[in-house]
Amino acid sequence: MTDTGIGASVKRVEDQRFLTGNGNYTDDINRPDQSHAWILRSPHAHATLKSVDTSKAEAAEGVIAVLTGADMAADGVGGLPCGWQIHNKDGSPMLEPGHPPLAVDKVRYVGDQVAIVIAETRDAARDGAELIEVDYGVLDAVIDMDGALAGGSLVHDNVPNNRCFDWELGDKNGVDEAFSKADHVVSIDLVNNRLIPNAMEPRAAISEFDRSTGQYTLYTTTQNPHVIRLLMGAFVLQIPEHKLRVIAPDVGGGFGSKIFHYAEEAILTWAAGKVHRPIKWTAERSESFATDAHGRDHETHAELALDKDGAFLGLRVATKANVGAYLSTFGSSVPTYLYATLLAGVYTTPVIYAEVQTVFTNTVPVDAYRGAGRPECTYLLERLVNKAARELGIDPVEIRKKNMIQADQYPYQTPVALQYDCGDIPASFESALKAADYTGFEKRRAASEKDGKLRGIGISTYVEACGIAPSAVAGALGARAGLYESAQVRVHPTGSVTVFTGTHNHGQGHETTFAQLVSESFGIPIEHVEISHGDTDQVQFGMGTYGSRSLAVGGPAILNACNKVIDKAKKIAAHIMEADVSDIEFADGKFTVAGTDKEMAFGEISLAAYVPHNYPIEEIEPGLDENAFYDPLNFSFPGGAHICEVEVDPDTGTTEIVGFTAVDDVGRVVNPMIVAGQVHGGLAQGVGQAILEGCVYDDDGQLLTGSYMDYTMPRADNLPSFSVATQSVMGASNPLEVKGVGEVGAIGSPPAVVNAILDALAPLGVEDISMPTTSQKVWQAIQDSNVRQAAE
Amino acid sequence: MYQFNYQKAGSADEAASAVSSAEDGRFLAGGMTLIPTLKQRLAQPSDLVDLADVNDLAGVSDGGDSITIGAMTRHVDVATSNVVQSKIPALASLADNIGDPQVRNRGTIGGSVANNDPAADYPAAVLALNATVITNQREITAEDFFDGMFTTALEDGELITAVRFPVPDKAGYAKFPNPASRYALVGVMVAQTGGETRVSVTGAGQDGVFRAAEIESALSGSWSADAAKGVKMSDDGLNADIHASAEYRAHLISVMASRAVDAAG
Ligand SMILES: Cc1cc2nc3c(=O)[nH]c(=O)nc-3n(C[C@H](O)[C@H](O)[C@H](O)COP(=O)(O)OP(=O)(O)OC[C@H]3O[C@@H](n4cnc5c(N)ncnc54)[C@H](O)[C@@H]3O)c2cc1C
Repeated sequence: MTDTGIGASVKRVEDQRFLTGNGNYTDDINRPDQSHAWILRSPHAHATLKSVDTSKAEAAEGVIAVLTGADMAADGVGGLPCGWQIHNKDGSPMLEPGHPPLAVDKVRYVGDQVAIVIAETRDAARDGAELIEVDYGVLDAVIDMDGALAGGSLVHDNVPNNRCFDWELGDKNGVDEAFSKADHVVSIDLVNNRLIPNAMEPRAAISEFDRSTGQYTLYTTTQNPHVIRLLMGAFVLQIPEHKLRVIAPDVGGGFGSKIFHYAEEAILTWAAGKVHRPIKWTAERSESFATDAHGRDHETHAELALDKDGAFLGLRVATKANVGAYLSTFGSSVPTYLYATLLAGVYTTPVIYAEVQTVFTNTVPVDAYRGAGRPECTYLLERLVNKAARELGIDPVEIRKKNMIQADQYPYQTPVALQYDCGDIPASFESALKAADYTGFEKRRAASEKDGKLRGIGISTYVEACGIAPSAVAGALGARAGLYESAQVRVHPTGSVTVFTGTHNHGQGHETTFAQLVSESFGIPIEHVEISHGDTDQVQFGMGTYGSRSLAVGGPAILNACNKVIDKAKKIAAHIMEADVSDIEFADGKFTVAGTDKEMAFGEISLAAYVPHNYPIEEIEPGLDENAFYDPLNFSFPGGAHICEVEVDPDTGTTEIVGFTAVDDVGRVVNPMIVAGQVHGGLAQGVGQAILEGCVYDDDGQLLTGSYMDYTMPRADNLPSFSVATQSVMGASNPLEVKGVGEVGAIGSPPAVVNAILDALAPLGVEDISMPTTSQKVWQAIQDSNVRQAAE
Repeated sequence: MYQFNYQKAGSADEAASAVSSAEDGRFLAGGMTLIPTLKQRLAQPSDLVDLADVNDLAGVSDGGDSITIGAMTRHVDVATSNVVQSKIPALASLADNIGDPQVRNRGTIGGSVANNDPAADYPAAVLALNATVITNQREITAEDFFDGMFTTALEDGELITAVRFPVPDKAGYAKFPNPASRYALVGVMVAQTGGETRVSVTGAGQDGVFRAAEIESALSGSWSADAAKGVKMSDDGLNADIHASAEYRAHLISVMASRAVDAAG
């Protein structure tokens, strides 16, 4: 056994270079003869491009070229594709208006790309951009979804009422029937606030074209280089894959926002082929705010039918989801299959019906952001269940327990397509209640009251679907790609190992976790393992990192490749030790012959594989280098319980989180320290969404929260010391028995926080508040409730 | 950034004349406000005259019933100065709550006062403590110095050399930070100096820092947190933005004033 195998809290090997400033990010890379780009962006949310005059810019000092949408169109460049086709209720496909990388005749959001200026320096490019004369025909902007659906102004002329699609899931009639028999109906209207992702590293790219080989190379800040190669090569630029190399070096955080194929990637790659110089572009922070795809942005009306004892009979949900000005790569799947399919949550609700309309607006595209659809779903359910508890006079713990799927009901088929493979939410819930000292809360509430503070406690119990995704299932639902993962395990002659994975590490610790899998499999120390990812010329293939899939889908691929290596190594060992293969045992890095004292070390076998002097050459090939592709049988379903405790200062409306307990079931835990870190990060983002973060556009489509002066990211002093624990039922849908941990924190926590705040404010008569629950909103809710109560 | 000429001045006089003789010259102090403005291409000065080497502009001196803080004194040096801590602890703690450590290590009192950001902290102290802004040309009272958002009585090329604070009998500062920027959404300084009570408010007013006469008279009657909290401020002339309505700011002024009184003791 090594002490760096599965279950060990190995320190993250990548942190050495990250923390000492030795990471190699896209902007750190400089190519010979490199030029620099500045992208001219629309200052208007909605306008026609009457004319774009680039002549002065082209003549400016240092400017190499100025290219516009017209030039791209002339070259036959395609639009940016959407990766998932959704169908309307009537079976017709969603409307997919064109998404030109550089705007052609219209701009549709503030920040939309108008032209690229390529120059000797970045400043010269920016100076050049200021000389471009654009005549904009300003149009009315549509920003809010109701206004957009009223259809006053059209974002795309061929999309009536700005509705991209009107989709449904579940049993409408069954739900109607359940409601007709219900003793109680509880309804709620909610907004899931729009978020701006804010990865630490802004997006960046370097493109290059080799005239001697016809080879294009793109360095880019992506979570999935092969997906970018596929989408950009096949759909946008028509560059065959063998002539296009995409490299995602170190990437400083993504949280979903770096999944998508962005316009700048295509613009730069295309432009490199025209100017025959490498071109670098790095977003300014303000560009990131304005042009990275945003997250969430739902408005939902939902109703829950209950019997007289509080058992759930049916759920009806109508959601409007903002997709922004264009459909981004996963813009259509997030508010549908990643959202409504989770509406059973952890409950046995027998019938569910959901309708989702997606709406184009003059805002930046909205797409996956940590949790992607599942936080929206969890927030809805957990707010609704709390409201039901209050209206029916049932304790929020009891109403949950009463309706919760029990451990012996797995596998559990929900009424909204998914089959939960395994789990035990009641157990996590029990542990969380205990860890949070739920029963001691009233005492703490009384103590806070003495200090003039309002104390509240809030619960969220959740399940999510990740490990994305079984390809056949995803395909049947409209995915335009497979969602398996691949791995290559290359054992070198001296027994060290390089693993090539198609997932991508941008802060999650894969270089450690994945190496632990290999350390465990081969019984070698982790220092002998290198994890390589991010370069399409090195890694055979991959679908990348998102949807908490890397370990759940990428891990089994590595494991399977390791097993292939062991199988082959056993044959070599059998030959050399003159034994039958069936007598070869492999443990702790040693091949032994059963019943004898013969043994060979892992490194001796690998050497034999590459120096095959004494070798079963008629039976097997030399070398020790194996490949595996893994397609999961099902999603995996992490879940758990989050309990938040807050103190509200009624004088200012300020909320302090005084306690946060999370008990999550993430399946097998490979590295407990990394798992805790992932949960902490997710909780920070969940608290951010609940209390602090909210994107605001004004009525003209100008981004009011376009910098850290106005957009509130969570900081250390906004957060408590979290109490996190895992309580796992081993995953049932993959051989590693893992489930996924990247998103659970952000999925489970927002409703726990908001329920806690509402609990604190309940004595004052406050019944509703919307995220982010800023101090101003809390204060206002108290004032409004005072006024209401005075009037009554 | 656009191109500009850069020079380091060796003395206050040299700095002032360099700025005056430039086509569009600007002093560079800590750069915490000016540099981001340049990076965003929101300003295009022809010359930057760096004050970093003008040693006699930095430092705190004890004048008995007043203290004088050189314009180039960094926030961290005000926060940790023994003189400031013992004579006007409210000012030390105000400085200690500006921005983050990086900002406090670079930003200066002169830059902050010259900039007169309507959400900055120092203007509240200058006004409530009835300080005097000293320039290379004259002395300007606090009342005359601040002239609306981002506007001051400074003439082109006029250099702040120091700020002189009379030592109050007691003073306290309470800040309700903007959740995003952590500048003051509402900051209130209360001070009693030789029988006079002054209360100033930053962050809230459409015209920048101002004195809250209602709270001043309430505190003159009874120096207590409750007296301050009991004042209902009008929201006339207060800012409203995505972070706070004028009504909320008005409410916070009374609450912060009461906390400032508590802090003053
Ligand atoms: C992240 C961040 C957070 C911040 N948070 C806060 C906060 O919470 N509270 C707060 O009050 N401030 C805050 N600030 C502002 C900070 O206090 C700055 O230090 C201050 O606004 C400007 O001071 P400076 O020395 O950096 O001046 P500079 O940026 O160098 O100059 C600012 C302006 O003043 C002029 N100037 C500078 N010195 C003189 C002088 N001696 N005479 C005449 N004109 C002069 C310059 O020409 C320029 O126009 C923050 C800044 C940042 C970047």
